Amino acid sequence: MSEIRINETTKKLLSEISDFSGEFKGAYNIRENGACAGRRSSEHIKITSKTDKPGLEIRIDPHTAGETVSIPACVTHGDVDDLVYNDFFVGEGADVVIVAGCGVHTETGEPARHNGIHRFLLGKGARVKYLEKHIGTGKGIGLRSIDPVTEAELGEDAVLEMDTAQIGGVDRTLRQTKATLGKGAKLFIRERILTERDQTAQTEFSVELNGEGSGVDLVSRSVAKDASHQEYHSVIIGNTACTGHSECDAIISGSATVNAQPELHANSEDAALIHEAAIGKIAGEQIMKLRTLGLTEEEAEATIIEGFLS
Amino acid sequence: MLKLEHIVWDAPDGRRILDDLSFEVPDGKLAVITGPNGGGKTTAAKIIAGLVTPLSGRIFLDGEDITALDATERAKAGVSFGFQQPVRFKGITVRRLLEISAGGKVSEGKLCDYLAKVGLCAREYLDREVNATLSGGEIKRIEIASVLARGTRITVFDEPEAGIDLWSFTNLIRVFEDLRRDLCGSMVVISHQERILRIADEIIVIADGKLRERGPAERTLGTLLSGTDVVAGCVKQEEMFR
Repeated sequence: MSEIRINETTKKLLSEISDFSGEFKGAYNIRENGACAGRRSSEHIKITSKTDKPGLEIRIDPHTAGETVSIPACVTHGDVDDLVYNDFFVGEGADVVIVAGCGVHTETGEPARHNGIHRFLLGKGARVKYLEKHIGTGKGIGLRSIDPVTEAELGEDAVLEMDTAQIGGVDRTLRQTKATLGKGAKLFIRERILTERDQTAQTEFSVELNGEGSGVDLVSRSVAKDASHQEYHSVIIGNTACTGHSECDAIISGSATVNAQPELHANSEDAALIHEAAIGKIAGEQIMKLRTLGLTEEEAEATIIEGFLS
Repeated sequence: MLKLEHIVWDAPDGRRILDDLSFEVPDGKLAVITGPNGGGKTTAAKIIAGLVTPLSGRIFLDGEDITALDATERAKAGVSFGFQQPVRFKGITVRRLLEISAGGKVSEGKLCDYLAKVGLCAREYLDREVNATLSGGEIKRIEIASVLARGTRITVFDEPEAGIDLWSFTNLIRVFEDLRRDLCGSMVVISHQERILRIADEIIVIADGKLRERGPAERTLGTLLSGTDVVAGCVKQEEMFR
């Protein structure tokens, strides 16, 4: 299948969560309201449907270089509860970009939910850049929920860079990320979350550093506005000579609340684990500096938040 | 011309910090404000920039009363302020900060010019974040560049030499010597540094919240360095420690 048949809402959502401009470069699969709305495999990246449950198997040949695969999912109306299992098998030495991303839209009082369970198996020396952007749109009062689960297994010297952003419109989210790292493997995670009104976001990370010389660098930045609530929980387990760093920074405003619980488990004397966390309102001096450059207080706040989440 | 008239300001604990302070900075001149610590210099600078509101007194810019303008309005009216402790921002790049300063998108060449003025290489710094990874000397220079990018009629620097190492200090003095050469508008620098005092057109001495002395640099500096009073002692003493 290569023809794209999507509705206008999906088109809008796709332009927000990916670089879609009528087509995708490289292999892709578009999921719309639980069904496939377009798919293309490439010579080195094969996308097939699972036979036992909803979802895809994406197989990337060893040493595939410089290719991108896009697998966006959109829910375009209320009363949809979409669940999908996507498995990525990344061959030895491959170097690819995977663009996921999800948009949920409702114009009614019915809820719209997408729950994507992504598993990554990275072969020896494979490098993956994983981009995931989540948004919620529509005027309906139905709750927009996105509950992604990401599980990654990194083989020897594999590198996974996860760049995730949820910067508006999603009412409820539970994000769960689990990873195990082999010898010399590296995991970089950059997460950005913005909540407003009465939205809630819960994010959980669990990373096991099993291979000698493995390392994780996890940076989560979040902004909680109005009466929203966020919870952050990270667990880094160092079982050998490894490095782990997690950093959780949150800006709060209004009556928003944030709860951060970082955990470090060092099970080896050679495990070097660090955690940094800072929660607070925007520093007055930051606003003052930008005001002396001619911005109003509101413009200064918006600029600081935009930079923080960039 | 910038003019402060009868400025009075009290600290939250009730202490009088500025007590009927008046002075003016003529156009195209570099005025250095000096005096003992706690004498009111930084407060005077903040009052010019609109960061602090005086209890009484007026501030005029080119004859226009700007006393009631807040920090944003003051900036728009043509006043720039360089912080003594530059502010750091997670996620905001040097490029973004300079563009905010310049009031919008500017060419790569222009950004290069701003950074070259403070001795930094644009290629190395433009895409770095203005965060804790920058050294004290680097962030000072970026602060100065962000102020210069505004190109306003009045530029105020509050103790630009504070908190930097000796090596950075020597370079910083050079930056100010260059700025002195290409001065456009008026500049007010709060400083204890003899080398900065030496490049001033005017020296304004503030002590105990009052104007102690004001005059051409050569004359005033001579008086300061040969004097035995508390102000002179302060300038000389600070010089020894830097």
